Amino acid sequence: MTTTARPGLDVARLRAEFPILATTMRGQPLVYLDNAATSQKPRQVIEAVRRYYTTQNANVHRGVYALSEQATAAYEGVREKARAFVNARAAHEIIFVRGTTEAVNLVASSWGRTNLRAGDEILVSAMEHHSNIVPWQMVCDAMGASLRVIPMNQRGELVLEEFERLLQGPVKLVAVAHISNSLGTINPVAELARLAHARGVLVLVDGAQGAPHVPVDVQALGADFYTVSGHKMYGPTGIGLLYGRQELLDTMPPYQGGGDMIKSVTFARTTFADPPARFEAGTPHIAGSISLGAAIDYLHGLDREAIEAHEQDLLEYATASLAEIPGVRFVGTAARKAAVVSFVLEGVHAHDVGTIVDQDGVAIRTGHHCAQPVMDFFGVPATARASFACYNTREEVDVLVAAVHKVRKVFA
Amino acid sequence: MTADLSDLYQQIIVEHNRAPRNFKQLAHPTRRAEGANPLCGDQISLEVELDGDRIADVGFQGSGCAISQASASLLTGAVQGKTKAEAEALFREVHAMLTSGPGVPVDTAKLGKVAALGGVRQFPVRVKCASLPWHTLRAALAAAAEPVSTE
Repeated sequence: MTTTARPGLDVARLRAEFPILATTMRGQPLVYLDNAATSQKPRQVIEAVRRYYTTQNANVHRGVYALSEQATAAYEGVREKARAFVNARAAHEIIFVRGTTEAVNLVASSWGRTNLRAGDEILVSAMEHHSNIVPWQMVCDAMGASLRVIPMNQRGELVLEEFERLLQGPVKLVAVAHISNSLGTINPVAELARLAHARGVLVLVDGAQGAPHVPVDVQALGADFYTVSGHKMYGPTGIGLLYGRQELLDTMPPYQGGGDMIKSVTFARTTFADPPARFEAGTPHIAGSISLGAAIDYLHGLDREAIEAHEQDLLEYATASLAEIPGVRFVGTAARKAAVVSFVLEGVHAHDVGTIVDQDGVAIRTGHHCAQPVMDFFGVPATARASFACYNTREEVDVLVAAVHKVRKVFA
Repeated sequence: MTADLSDLYQQIIVEHNRAPRNFKQLAHPTRRAEGANPLCGDQISLEVELDGDRIADVGFQGSGCAISQASASLLTGAVQGKTKAEAEALFREVHAMLTSGPGVPVDTAKLGKVAALGGVRQFPVRVKCASLPWHTLRAALAAAAEPVSTE
């Protein structure tokens, strides 16, 4: 496939590092446009998994032998890489988790059950993924607290005046996406955090879509908690990060009990380890952490500014190209957007769009994107969503657009 | 369009999706069931008016993909006037067709227009779209005999 790119970014070379992009789907070159669901993996990450199991595999924090020491050093080395990646103050503010879902559940359960009282409020935004709604609903139900919703406008942007009004209430924490998975909206997280902190309210930022596409600086953002999903940023599935400010983590009880999270255990009493070990019960996903480290290295090796510009170019090109198709309506038209294009085609359900474009090798997500309240807000049962990564090209957008034209023919 | 795709979106499917038959609420339903595919968001509300053991009228409402809507529309035409046992037998036929391998011949004599759903077999992830209305009918017919509230 030929590739066009902005000067400074060799997309063909980038693509060559992702083996799956060379495969075919239904006899056509794979056009992978479902990166908000999961990104593809570069050789560096795949190789890190292989290398770990081939040469480094031992349990961590346990053995006195050399192999275990090496595995522990590699595992803890990634914690430091992750610290630098989100610009945390200290590596022990980084907790390895299964993914953003577990990260949110950890905070909702550990912090929430310790700090929430009857009558307290948690704010989430109208565009949250179910994973940043349901854990809060569960802890609110358990503690007699209430979940309130920061509204958005028809473009899919949060209404800051309403947010400020909601902050007047007995709010303890705000949980908000850095970037919306269903709409692509980049939320003004630093501004939200500034307003929240002025009222003594904590802020959790769901960075599942943020970390892969924009530089993350938890200190500049003012995030008290920030969640990262490995598999959405060119890393493996089953691993993610929770950043938590040290003063908060220090006061939070364990999320799960088990090995590796204790100082001492007797049948009468257990004393817990300090963070991060307190929150990492059991043998962790060592291979996952180490290959996540490879993904962080991979991202560091990229020209992030050029990638951002390339993804913005794809967003603009895809939006303009799809807009020319009669009956296409976009869902999510915020002024500040990541490279996510959600759309509906008049008279055609998103699943039918998905099945038909798949015949041309095009992988897009169709459905409610685990954001049913967003679908309800826009009055659609589902949308088709193309979401881009560094390796996508304008030519791939053209394949998508031609395939959507075919959808219209089927239903003409 | 590929052969598989034209099997899936046969003209009759596209047409029933565009203008679904019996897309209505019944005045005097005796049975009702809701069906939903939480993963896709397809949802259907199906009402049946039983006259003794016979389906005197059937209607559906809801939203979903072309396959689920056309399947529901074809269902209403196919079970109208049938006894509960005949409807159950048709459910079994449809279920067998949808879950059979692509090479297995479709019994158009038994299935009539519903045979148009046969193309779904090549698309495993879409089978549940086609089967949703049929499972919903089965739930409606199996429900307790008291009339549903129309309030």
